[in-house]
Amino acid sequence: MSKRNPLVSMSIGVGLATGLYGISFGALGTAAGLSVWQTQVLSLLMFSGGSQFAFIGVIAAGGPAAVGAAIVSAWLLGVRNGFYAVRMNPILEATGLKRLAAAQLTIDESTAVSTAQDTSPQQRKGFWLTGMAVFVFWNLMTLMGALLGNALGDPKAWGLDAAAAAAFLGLLWPRLKERQALAVAALAFLVAVISTPALPAGIPVIIAGAVAVVVGGFNLFSRRERS
Amino acid sequence: MTLWIGLIAASVAVYSWKIFGFMVPHTVLDNPVVSRIATLLTVALLSALTGVQMLTGGGKIEFDARIPAIALAAVLLRLKAPFIVMVAAAAALAALIRLLS
Repeated sequence: MSKRNPLVSMSIGVGLATGLYGISFGALGTAAGLSVWQTQVLSLLMFSGGSQFAFIGVIAAGGPAAVGAAIVSAWLLGVRNGFYAVRMNPILEATGLKRLAAAQLTIDESTAVSTAQDTSPQQRKGFWLTGMAVFVFWNLMTLMGALLGNALGDPKAWGLDAAAAAAFLGLLWPRLKERQALAVAALAFLVAVISTPALPAGIPVIIAGAVAVVVGGFNLFSRRERS
Repeated sequence: MTLWIGLIAASVAVYSWKIFGFMVPHTVLDNPVVSRIATLLTVALLSALTGVQMLTGGGKIEFDARIPAIALAAVLLRLKAPFIVMVAAAAALAALIRLLS
């Protein structure tokens, strides 16, 4: 079967692998104080791992009072999807309702599988298959994780706070290849931790985002010094 | 209720990037400063969230079982362990340390 249609197998494989960490999202969502349904709605409507983890991370730290900072953090972390959408638009040529659906499925995985294909029909197929596979598995696994997290009781006794930190590190890790990214990561980490005692929950993360604007705007710490 | 409104608002905000990307011309990608800031913004926010989740609690800086757990997570990431294995191992180590202390 995989010989006849490698793209289908690949899409389902990516969907399953991504869906698996939907379990950790679901469990952490309920540990952060969201209900099972609230956690599920994030996976259905927001459907972007980094933004979802950011939202529950800020709520875990500051409770419902930090909801404003949670919205801004999730929004800022969604910016890369906008860039994926710019890349996918000429490939998909979707209009109307199809375009609205395509936008929802525009995430790391669907873009990566699509842009790895050689021909336009394969690129389109790769996008839709992977996007739908990830959507289905991500949501199913979120529900499983949320029910599991709800049943566990005290999140700290199960190390779920450490799991949340590990999840962020896992999302960050593949982006740390260049010197500039490493410098931004180190500075943002320090800024956020050191400013935490002085600021309301969630704000330190947003302030740390300014590090990226300054370093990126002036192109500091870039590898090549010669012109 | 606040949380429900927040969930919907944040979901709409995240979607706005996606649909915006389908409506702007391709030339937006050609601006190196814009694309560099966007890439680095993701790095900065994820790293800040790692730091806050690892070293703070209740608005204070805290050093506890999460530190060895994240050290283990880093080792597993270096060894290219699957995401779910790495997350589960970090949770298990923190839980074990708390059980024993």
